[in-house]
Amino acid sequence: MLYGLMAYFDSPEKLLDALKTLKAQGYRRLEALTPNPVEGVEEVLGGDGRIPWIAFALGVLGVGLGLFLQIYTTLDYPHNAGGKTLLGWPAFIPVTFELTILTITVGIFLFLLYINGLPLASHPAVQAREYVRVLLDEYGVFVYASDPRFDLEGTRGLLARLGAEVEEVRRD
Amino acid sequence: MAHKEPHPDRDLIQGEWTEKTLVEKLLEPVEKPAPSPWKVVVAVGAALTLVWLYSLFVTFVKGLGTWGINQPVAWGFDIVHFVWWIGIGHAGTLISAILVLMRQNWRDSLNRVTEAMTLFAVLAAATFPLIHMGRPQLFYWVMPYPTHMALWPQYKSPLSWDVLAIMTYLTISTLFLYLGLIPDLALLRERSKGFRRKLYGWLSLGWTGNAVHWQRYRAVYVLLAGLATPVVISVHSVVSMDFAYGLVPGWHLTVFPPFFASGAIYSGFAMALTLIIPLRRWYRLEGVITERHLDWMAKVTLASGLGVAYIYLLEIFIAWYAGEPAEWAQQIWRMTGPYAPYYWAMMLINVVLLQTLWFPRFRRNLTWLFIFSILANVGMWLERFVIVVISLSHDFVPGNFHLYHPTWVDWALFLGTIGFFLFGLALFIRLFPPIAVAEMVHLFHRLRKH
Repeated sequence: MLYGLMAYFDSPEKLLDALKTLKAQGYRRLEALTPNPVEGVEEVLGGDGRIPWIAFALGVLGVGLGLFLQIYTTLDYPHNAGGKTLLGWPAFIPVTFELTILTITVGIFLFLLYINGLPLASHPAVQAREYVRVLLDEYGVFVYASDPRFDLEGTRGLLARLGAEVEEVRRD
Repeated sequence: MAHKEPHPDRDLIQGEWTEKTLVEKLLEPVEKPAPSPWKVVVAVGAALTLVWLYSLFVTFVKGLGTWGINQPVAWGFDIVHFVWWIGIGHAGTLISAILVLMRQNWRDSLNRVTEAMTLFAVLAAATFPLIHMGRPQLFYWVMPYPTHMALWPQYKSPLSWDVLAIMTYLTISTLFLYLGLIPDLALLRERSKGFRRKLYGWLSLGWTGNAVHWQRYRAVYVLLAGLATPVVISVHSVVSMDFAYGLVPGWHLTVFPPFFASGAIYSGFAMALTLIIPLRRWYRLEGVITERHLDWMAKVTLASGLGVAYIYLLEIFIAWYAGEPAEWAQQIWRMTGPYAPYYWAMMLINVVLLQTLWFPRFRRNLTWLFIFSILANVGMWLERFVIVVISLSHDFVPGNFHLYHPTWVDWALFLGTIGFFLFGLALFIRLFPPIAVAEMVHLFHRLRKH
């Protein structure tokens, strides 16, 4: 069964040009695979502005958890420690701070995995024989065979014209 | 493309490389047979780790009576070593996090190995308060959970802040290290066979290098760096408050948090130099860890060391200026009492010898830099000894004065954690590349092609 076509470009500029052309021609089911972050890719494939907001929300949650924990436990077992005020808030700063950071860190890490669809057991692009190249020094585009515009010869020709080496990816 | 000036950081990667040869080079520690010094480090580390396990066993079976602690020196070597190890851990997070935020390209060669250093240093550190409890099997009493006696931890005590600070720090530095590793693990997965392929496959979570994933990954990475930075500072500040909340002469100084934090950066960078200089030679990494990198690290060591030296002198001044008899007696006791050699050795290293780093001739002499980095760690160990043991041994009441004599268990626990640290690090660089491959290749690309 044909999974799709893998195209290898030797520079990020070619990759960006190719992505723009493919998008302009109406291709929708494609992925860019790169060894490191490529600047400008979010303009073509769409960026993600959610991360800072999610982090902020997690931070608010963390502050709430931290303060709740300390206020609740202090009121539940009121204890005169050296004559300090029962709810002396300055003493609550360190724990609130640490719990805020802990909540954001763990939460945002899990969120990253979630939006990236990880962990993932297998991915069609990884089946490509030369796949390791896109983890080293080349910039790949994987066009899924399920794309409505996909046409084996036509797409292959288009990718080759854009300057790529093209490989068919099939299930063995 | 129009002509561009060479990147100012161009010589951060020296030598003729292509992406492929650079990756081959950086993966050598993992993929090629280990050099013989590695085997020596593993053997020594494993032997000392066994010593550590034995001394832990003795501590658990016979109790804390096997240690040299007494009244009033109830915080002996265990707390000295706890603070020492935590401090060493800090350079890793600083190199990773603060330098990410400042967009310092030279961190890319150093961050992985120093983050691993952080992980093992914090693990080594965390064992000391745990066993210092006396009944480590009841460690969960410090956690907030509803007991049948309806008791909760006392959140107005720095000791309970400490628990949360250390645990947060351990979590964030582990996640940060792991997040940085994911792209490299995917590369290793594709390049290895058999069991290793499975292992890297599981650990890489199926990372494919999707460009959209990369954007989100960078966003989260920078965010975690921004969060890790205040955590580093807060952790050692909280550790210092464990002391500063007490009334022991020599402890109740408002300068303790910055004092401890700069000491931590100083000892952490010193330990990083101690590790990186031999690593660079054994694996022939001169092209990616250049003399410029080491020079910068020496400069950071100097800057943070000067902070420490300043506070040593400030402590003396405050003790004299405040006119509080117990405080001044403590200073005199440090300088002339039975522990005076420790105090003066600390002053010699951290104040006098430190000044050599002002001079490029010393900074660029790797032999001296290596020797100094070890001395600086000894100096910071002495500093913690001065703070914990010397202060406690001489409090307000002369009838209380008591010297502290560490036993063999104390020494074995200390040497054991050093062994565990070396053993862990050696295994780490055998399994995971000690230099972040994806980041280095990215840096290479930016420096040479743009």
